[in-house]
Amino acid sequence: MSVGILGFGAYVPWKRLQRKAIVDQHGWFNSALRSQGKGERAMANWDEDAVTMAVEAARDALTGFDRAGVRALRVASTTFPFLDRLNAGIVADALELSDETAASDVAATQRAGTSALIDALRSGQRTLVVGSENRRTKAASTHELTSGDAAAALLVGEGDVVARLLAAKTRTADFVDHYRSMDNTFDYQWEERWIRDAGYMKVAPPVIRDCLAAANVKPEEVTTFCFASTLSKVSQAVAKAAGMAEAAVADPLYAGLGDSGVAHPLLLLAAALETAKPGDRILVVGFGQGADALLFEVTDRITSCTRGLGVSGYLARRKEETQYSRFLAFNGLIEMERGMRSETDKQTPLSAMWRNHETVTRFNGGKCRKCGTLQFPRTRICVGPNCGAIDSQDAHSFADTKGRINSYTADRLTYSPDPPACYGMIQFEDGGRWMMDFTDVDEKDLQVGADMRMMFRIKDIDSARGFRRYFWKAAPMAGVAKEG
Amino acid sequence: MAKGIRDKVAILGMGCSKFGERWDMNAEDLMVEAYIEAIADAGIETKQIDAAWLATAIEEQHVGKSAVPLAMALRLPYIPVTRVENYCASGTEAFRGAVYAVASGAADIALALGVEKLKDTGYGGLPQRGRGTLNNMTWPNSSAPGNFAQLAAAYRAKHGSAPQDLKRAMAHISVKSHDNGAKNPKAHLRNKITIDTVVNSPMIAEPLGLYDCCGVSDGSACAIVTTPEIARSLGKKDLITVKALQVAVSNGTEAQHNSWDGSYFATTRVASKRAYEEAGIRNPREEVNLIEVHDCFSVTELVTMEDLHISGEGRAIFDVLDGFYDAAGSVPCQIDGGLKCFGHPIGASGLRMIYEMYLQMQGRAGERQRQDMPRIGLTHNLGGFPHQNVCSISIVGRYGD
Repeated sequence: MSVGILGFGAYVPWKRLQRKAIVDQHGWFNSALRSQGKGERAMANWDEDAVTMAVEAARDALTGFDRAGVRALRVASTTFPFLDRLNAGIVADALELSDETAASDVAATQRAGTSALIDALRSGQRTLVVGSENRRTKAASTHELTSGDAAAALLVGEGDVVARLLAAKTRTADFVDHYRSMDNTFDYQWEERWIRDAGYMKVAPPVIRDCLAAANVKPEEVTTFCFASTLSKVSQAVAKAAGMAEAAVADPLYAGLGDSGVAHPLLLLAAALETAKPGDRILVVGFGQGADALLFEVTDRITSCTRGLGVSGYLARRKEETQYSRFLAFNGLIEMERGMRSETDKQTPLSAMWRNHETVTRFNGGKCRKCGTLQFPRTRICVGPNCGAIDSQDAHSFADTKGRINSYTADRLTYSPDPPACYGMIQFEDGGRWMMDFTDVDEKDLQVGADMRMMFRIKDIDSARGFRRYFWKAAPMAGVAKEG
Repeated sequence: MAKGIRDKVAILGMGCSKFGERWDMNAEDLMVEAYIEAIADAGIETKQIDAAWLATAIEEQHVGKSAVPLAMALRLPYIPVTRVENYCASGTEAFRGAVYAVASGAADIALALGVEKLKDTGYGGLPQRGRGTLNNMTWPNSSAPGNFAQLAAAYRAKHGSAPQDLKRAMAHISVKSHDNGAKNPKAHLRNKITIDTVVNSPMIAEPLGLYDCCGVSDGSACAIVTTPEIARSLGKKDLITVKALQVAVSNGTEAQHNSWDGSYFATTRVASKRAYEEAGIRNPREEVNLIEVHDCFSVTELVTMEDLHISGEGRAIFDVLDGFYDAAGSVPCQIDGGLKCFGHPIGASGLRMIYEMYLQMQGRAGERQRQDMPRIGLTHNLGGFPHQNVCSISIVGRYGD
């Protein structure tokens, strides 16, 4: 039995903001941006955050795995929606992990994902490690162009691994290339040339050398080098300094996604595994107040493992966004006239939220033991016509069930952060239905009978109290992983 | 089946305020406006009323909770007064309370009054509201047009109707109601429109445009009921009596069970059948002379024609376009303008429909009077959403028929 990666997955939001749309707006102010208007960056929908993206990446990684076997969950992010509420606890509940699962948040550095991965691999417990980032950037900043929102997840532990851990090394250094404090919404960043010369080039190569030495692997034997940096040619320079071939440097996914912060090293690792062959050696490095280096060797299992959509699948599930003002609005970067209908109180009674968390967070309904009817929500009296049995229902989750549109509309009257509000009656394959919100959908693609999948999303934002509540929404089935 | 309400209760008097944007009126003033007309029509005094029911749906926008606002506004003499709320079907619920009180013998004369003061929200359309603690966590933030618009998607899918055909039939419905409303001095909207106006109006919730939606109005309507015997003793002739009162309320089947296809109102189909049985009507298409239905949206009226068993399934589009439901058609629908143009002050709407029946059957409907003097009329008052709602049907007619 080896220790390593059992499963891997990713999530990239549907919308891809065209960098040209940003540059067209800000070139007048900062002409240096004009040369950066190529490609696109992943952009979270208004109803997504680090928690919801973590859930989707985790579901992707868990494709084909029994969730009951997950003993621990570590979610890494620097953009958690909650400072004091276990974000991983929301993720664990949405995933229906056992309540004995040890869930923890890992934060505060860009290498939180790789550090969590090292700790998980050393723990001996089957652990789900997720990196998720909904990046916060100032309008007209370089980071607005180079960042992207995404999540990646790795299921690690002992067993029939797809990639065996050969070695892992860490260095800590209070090298502050940027920071974000309690008092700041956005990063404050130092000069890039200094970060490159005194940071990446001084901190990363020694850790890499230590890691390779511990595994007794020569630098030139590394097949894929996963290293996240948006600075030009830095990955190649680090590779060269550590003695690796330049060809080993993995595509940083900059052109179509952007740098997803904490998630990015894990995302590059997941992407590398998608195309890996048995025997490949993958080195992943996380950088931030020091560096983490992990070296994996791909096993034969890679050819037969169950896969979700993965990085490539989610990159292909894509909608070009050319409205920069939509990005500003989603990220609270512009004061919008949202209309009086947006003033409706969205307070969530926390006692009711807890009482109903299986319904709301897990999307559990019921299955009647007497008549077999599936239904949502689970109630004390069965809805089956001619049944009406009392207390007859076992919990039944609809989260992974395919639904079909029974009726729909695109509502321009009600308040939505992204009008029109699309919603309708979703009918599940084997029974059960619910009138629910749709997300990641084009109005023109709505039709009765269309296949829909369930996605965990923000239901409402209570801006008066700094709270958000979550529920499941229906999204078009296009781009869903095939079973097996 | 129970013996029912047929001919046990007569309408003694009715009143209805002008509907519309009544910027200078509180809800209490609107109540008094409808009441003054009703009590004068009944020819009685306030002290003769034994019990009263108040219908309001969005009370937080105007009078607040309880029946106290009605008792105070009308200065009712410490009698039993009850407030009822059942979504947009509240008005008919107040009527039902008063009728049942008389039928039971608990009251000789009872009053039902519905009122809504909606135009204090600061924006057009119905007020945006919460739906209850748990519902708020899982329901879409849907608007009323958004909920009802879905009938169109499901209806098209079921009957294979082309979107433009359905949209034209819906447009015909709105044009017809505007034609009718133009003849009604109490109506909120009195302008005539064309098919093109409807089809080209701004989209509210696909496929409902602005002119597929009813008016949001302030207004009040009132009924005073008694037994036929007392009505006669008070000098009334040509009595209008209640033939049937039926309510059907969704039990979750449409919302939670896949047996419902989304294209019709399960409640209306049940309630109308029971009402016909209670009233002794065998062939509604032939026997019902006049209908007032809950045309909150054009598509609601269209599918309701089938749910009332007047148009055959999938045939409503054709009956509508043939003019079957026009003011000069076989069974006029919304001859007063309906919710669409008379307006929709929620708690008042069910009573407003009965008010029109009462006027038409007495030949008092003025310019819009149906010349053949209708004898059997049906009102259909609906509250909620297609997938979970309250449907209230009443049938009224000439006493003795």
